[in-house]
Amino acid sequence: MTATLATASYIGATILFILSLGGLSNPESSRRGNLYGMIGMTIAVLATVTGPHVTSAGYAWIVGAMVVGGSIGLYASRVVRMTQMPELVALMHSLVGLAAMLVGFANYIDPAAATEFSGAAKSIHEMEIYIGILIGAVTFTGSVIAFGKLSGKIGGKTLLLPGRHWLNLAGLLVVIWFGREFLHAESISDGMIPLVVMTVIALLFGIHMVMAIGGADMPVVISMLNSYSGWAAAATGFMLSNDLLIVVGALVGSSGAILSYIMCRAMNRNFISVIAGGFGSEGGAPAPAGGVQPAGEVNPVLAAETAELLRESKNVIIVPGYGMAVAQAQHTVYEITKVLRDKGVNVRFGIHPVAGRMPGHMNVLLAEAKVPYDIVLEMDELNEDFPDTDVAMIIGANDIVNPAAEEDPSSPIAGMPVLQVWKAKTSIVMKRSMATGYAGVDNPLFYKDNNRMLFGDAKKMLDEVLAALKS
Amino acid sequence: MPQVIGVPKETTAGEKRVATVPEVVEKLIKLGFSVKVESGAGDAADCSDESYRAAGAQIADSAAKLWAESDIVFKIGVPSAEEVGLMHEGQTLITFIWPAQNPELMQQLAARKVTVLAIDALPRMLSRAQKMDALTSQAGVAGYRAVIEAANAFGRFFNGQITAAGKVQPAKVFIAGAGVAGLAAIGTAASLGAIVRANDTRAEVADQVVSLGGEFVKVDYEEEGSGGGGYAKVMSEGFQQAQREMYAKQAREVDIIITTALIPGKPAPRLITAEMVKSMKAGSVIVDMAAERGGNCELTEPGKAVVKHGVTIVGYTDLASRLAKQSSTLYGTNLFRLTEELCKTKDGVINVNMEDDAIRGLTVVKEGNITWPPPPLKLPAPPPAKAAMPPKAPKHGEASAPASATRTAVMFGIAALAFWFVGANAPAAFLGHFTVFVLAVFVGYMVVWNVTPALHTPLMSVTNAISSIIAIGALVQIAPPMMGGTVARPEAWIHWLAWVGIALTAVNMFGGFAVTQRMLQMFRK
Repeated sequence: MTATLATASYIGATILFILSLGGLSNPESSRRGNLYGMIGMTIAVLATVTGPHVTSAGYAWIVGAMVVGGSIGLYASRVVRMTQMPELVALMHSLVGLAAMLVGFANYIDPAAATEFSGAAKSIHEMEIYIGILIGAVTFTGSVIAFGKLSGKIGGKTLLLPGRHWLNLAGLLVVIWFGREFLHAESISDGMIPLVVMTVIALLFGIHMVMAIGGADMPVVISMLNSYSGWAAAATGFMLSNDLLIVVGALVGSSGAILSYIMCRAMNRNFISVIAGGFGSEGGAPAPAGGVQPAGEVNPVLAAETAELLRESKNVIIVPGYGMAVAQAQHTVYEITKVLRDKGVNVRFGIHPVAGRMPGHMNVLLAEAKVPYDIVLEMDELNEDFPDTDVAMIIGANDIVNPAAEEDPSSPIAGMPVLQVWKAKTSIVMKRSMATGYAGVDNPLFYKDNNRMLFGDAKKMLDEVLAALKS
Repeated sequence: MPQVIGVPKETTAGEKRVATVPEVVEKLIKLGFSVKVESGAGDAADCSDESYRAAGAQIADSAAKLWAESDIVFKIGVPSAEEVGLMHEGQTLITFIWPAQNPELMQQLAARKVTVLAIDALPRMLSRAQKMDALTSQAGVAGYRAVIEAANAFGRFFNGQITAAGKVQPAKVFIAGAGVAGLAAIGTAASLGAIVRANDTRAEVADQVVSLGGEFVKVDYEEEGSGGGGYAKVMSEGFQQAQREMYAKQAREVDIIITTALIPGKPAPRLITAEMVKSMKAGSVIVDMAAERGGNCELTEPGKAVVKHGVTIVGYTDLASRLAKQSSTLYGTNLFRLTEELCKTKDGVINVNMEDDAIRGLTVVKEGNITWPPPPLKLPAPPPAKAAMPPKAPKHGEASAPASATRTAVMFGIAALAFWFVGANAPAAFLGHFTVFVLAVFVGYMVVWNVTPALHTPLMSVTNAISSIIAIGALVQIAPPMMGGTVARPEAWIHWLAWVGIALTAVNMFGGFAVTQRMLQMFRK
């Protein structure tokens, strides 16, 4: 394949990638979108392999690597449970980061790659390598830590080193200083030292950054790392003067950035403060004295009474949270939904943007349990309907239904948009105990008169509710 | 030693209710009490002695025996002088008392050195008191029954029908006062198919009226009529004038009027004059639920149904008692909830805790001392004014309002400087790539905002898959065509770095697309 033909193929691949993302605007078109993505990827890889930059000597190597990597990928995609999606996504981000690092190093030690550059162009090329490796390294370790936190291998608690902001700043200054050294390096071996030092700092920075972020902020972190992996690809594209890589990197990068923004807005937090550290770690003091401490009694109920309430209602809204994912209760939830819908009860699901550990996590879990997506609604679509709802059932969610966000201006989560479940005639909160959510804020919902608490493991309790409903 | 709860037969003439029912007896026994019921107490409410016995209660042959053997007595009606005479020191009585209207009874009870909890003295504004609120539960029953009585006296259907024999107009029902009884009446009349209108001096109940299927009729006059504790207050003369006009108009139009207007401690307001009754259509019905307190209608005769000017005026004062089984069950449950509050230890012994706001309000006589009226309730401070909500974030996919002019100008200024810097310093080749990069960011921005939030997880996994495009970087390094071979190239190193790079990205490439496909397959309607 000639160079021009390869470039034309790249354009085709680019268009297919854009269509692939565009297809996700609707579940109907999304399957076709994914297909476009696969075709685009196939074209891009084939055009590169048969193009002018790869000789036939490399084919065996390429096929070998593809077979090894591809089979691992396919195997992982088959065995992963839907509740583990956040872990898988985090792990895949780390692979992109690592690959970007390796490609950067390989490019740097290849003297042939830089022969065509001189003067300013050479400086820019080296800067691209430097930045590409930097982003790749941060993405790599950041994602590995995120994976560890999500899979429970590392505690979800925030790790806050003393003076961590200064540490980060110092790290940044060192990276800039070595960047200057790197650009002025005479030979490849001279440049290697600053490059390696920078890589180590970037790796440490990635670890440090994600360690300081708490569990509830994970949706932001995941989407931010998604964004970084895109920018890493774009930087690699600049380094190799490859427009396809630049375009795809930019698409992925802006996609992740938008997701981070949506998640931050859903928590009424600003991006910087999420990155800077865990919830409540900054103004660690409890709510100021003016704040209303929720008080009163909670009304516990049993599963049988819950079933009774559900059976007698016309409109039910179910609000799932991370607790449902942990308990693997989504299938039981759908069984209950089915029973109720057969009885003519209007059951819908209300999804908060940050419910779960990654954007859209709850939607995927419910889809896995075969809940039809047209009864799964967003917070904005549903909030006005709560006054007409007989029962709002909250499964393993806490902060996203906390009325303090709207009622108590001194609350740490004041202003965060929440699902107004307390406006329903009755709300039932399914929870293990009275413990606070990730934000560490007590929830006045529990003490409201129209609220009932169903204590226990979500799966076990829901099974009991289902049994009571069927009997 | 568990205490004995005694339930005597009601002595008021025509009273069919009983203070507890077998279902509640079981629950009381679970709280640790033993329960005694006077023989025949529940007969009029369809609760036989046998059913009480089956629920675990003992049956006492006579009232005297029952009163003598009980530690706590549950009643509904205000106790008679004979009943007070049967009480003994240390006994507790829970029933309706109306202490303001019955000062002599209060003195007699105090003289017996007993404790009396007046269920009508419950502080209703305490929200946790709702479950014990017998006034509410009985008013709800009465409101329902009022509609049934009206339907009984009314000569037509409630609902509109189109039959082979011609079209039937629906009945028009007007309900004055939308308290508990009024709301129950609205719901009942609406479910029978009538056109329901309602009025109340408290404007905040309009939504509740509408939610039950009624239409709220406003008085054409500005004044707020909420008098605290959920009751209405007396209104100004100007308002009353406007209200009379509205009632007169409704009287001419509707078929059925149900009045429920009461103001605490005052005779019932006169809403329906004799003139208005005359203006009504023949065969119309008025149910006056305030008959006991003088009636809302001028022509009401308490306790009777009379026909005047062709209009049936129902003035029954025992509406709740006419649904004895239902009202007894609800009343029994109210008393059970109260007992739970009195006996938090569940050991069958009550503790009249005067520190508890609800119980303090209920207790009108404590061990022979009159404790009524209670001190004013220490209500919790009103909740802080609702925090000013931040301006609503634009909905997903919605265009946001344009940013302020200065901010936009500053942003454009910074962008222009940045582009000038790049343009002035960077070589041409870089600029070409830079153009592509900036445009791609914009395209990505536009495309991704259109993604539905439900698909955010698939979006992340598909972007993950396509970011494996970085494989191209590794592919071009693994075996590039050698050009002259002037410089030594660390072949092995590059080879292996590139090989690992390809393998890693292949994991993403295949795994990412496959898992996305798996997820998207699940999204079904």
